[in-house]
Amino acid sequence: MSGDGVREVGVADAVALARDGYRVIDVREKSEWDAGHVAGATLVPLADVPARIAEVVSDKTTPLLVHCAVGGRSARALSLLAQMGYTNVVNLKGPISQWKEAGGEWEEPPQLLSPLQTRRYSRQMLIPEIGAEGQRRLLDSRVLLIGAGGLGSPIALYLAASGVGTIGLVDDDVVEESNLQRQVLHGVDRIGMRKVDSAEKTLHGLNPETRVVKHPERLTADNVERLIAEYDVVVDGTDNFDTRYVLNDAAVRLRKPVVHGSIYRWDGQVTTFVPFEGPCYRCMYPTQPPPELAPACDVAGVLGVLPGIVGLLQANEVFKLVLGAGQTLAGRLLMFDALGTNFDEVRIWRDPACLACGESVVQAPTAQSAVAIGR
Amino acid sequence: MSTIRIPPVLREETGGSRTVEVRAATVAEALDELFARHPELRQRVTQEGGELSPFINVYVNDRDVRYRDGLATEIGPDDTVILLPAMAGGAR
Repeated sequence: MSGDGVREVGVADAVALARDGYRVIDVREKSEWDAGHVAGATLVPLADVPARIAEVVSDKTTPLLVHCAVGGRSARALSLLAQMGYTNVVNLKGPISQWKEAGGEWEEPPQLLSPLQTRRYSRQMLIPEIGAEGQRRLLDSRVLLIGAGGLGSPIALYLAASGVGTIGLVDDDVVEESNLQRQVLHGVDRIGMRKVDSAEKTLHGLNPETRVVKHPERLTADNVERLIAEYDVVVDGTDNFDTRYVLNDAAVRLRKPVVHGSIYRWDGQVTTFVPFEGPCYRCMYPTQPPPELAPACDVAGVLGVLPGIVGLLQANEVFKLVLGAGQTLAGRLLMFDALGTNFDEVRIWRDPACLACGESVVQAPTAQSAVAIGR
Repeated sequence: MSTIRIPPVLREETGGSRTVEVRAATVAEALDELFARHPELRQRVTQEGGELSPFINVYVNDRDVRYRDGLATEIGPDDTVILLPAMAGGAR
């Protein structure tokens, strides 16, 4: 305790100083603060100290108690504060986790996340639109992927990695060698395995917390409502028009947002259909084209990275739907040309004459959805 | 010259061309010139009687001509006409 204004104290002494009126400055990261902090403390992460401290503490003689998790970052904060002319600063050298035991007052938000979750997702929780609450939404969200193939692979990988709590997979195929060029959920040792089983294995390796629900069946008019009913968002990565129209009509009836993606050779398209708020697939194409107008990958070919790019644009839409952040592609069709590396978009409108969502359709009462719809 | 953008599923009919430049004042004129050069496209883009096929959307820049004046929608030399058939290509 010298007169140079730079001192170190243990937890018990620090608690006493806080009681005596020392202003407590927490220089940890926001995600650490969110998990619990000293009552009445002010958060100024170490990196922000030079820019923000003057507006937080204008009087440089104010007695300050600075702490981080164990005393390292706060020691650095102390040298910065000394350089800036703060004269009465004390560093808490010791684990802040003992603050409560030492009799200090501690504030904890209702526990949104476990410590493991807070660590795992810290990088995305730093984003203002996400934070602990957004992460909780992701963990509580249920997303159904139609297809665990080219588009489904990158989507499932990134949704699982980021903590989407439940991922449903609808796919009745088995892994084939010719899939591996683009279907990165699967590997050589999975050839012959059901895609849903292979996907589950990969996703659990990536994030054991993610619940993977396997639906080893093909989406049909008979099972579509049962399949989508339990989910908040449906991601369409189907390869045929039959499925696409069946899915569209059921999703409109059940008011489930559908993130649509399609790919062909070097070209991809993405949009988001939000029932009754934006157009649906039938608003764009009222009736199903004949099969000869719909060549699939096995006939037409597809560039390996294309489902990666288009799939991740779809995953991005899922995040925004779940978080209620930003603008989705509702009402816009985004087109990607990989050969020229061009993005383009056209506007799509709700068709008043649409058989699925037009004026003739009696609107069902709004279904209670856990998902906020981004606008 | 206005530009007509040919979607990937119709490029076989244009011998691989991704765009076709036309001199036209309306969408109908642009399509007529396109069909004159690539006759096989006519039956993919229009129905009997000359109306647009329901399986294909036509945009002038980012606007669907269904919500403008259809085939009579006017176009200028800097406009792009986009033909957009439903695309199934997918996951499996």
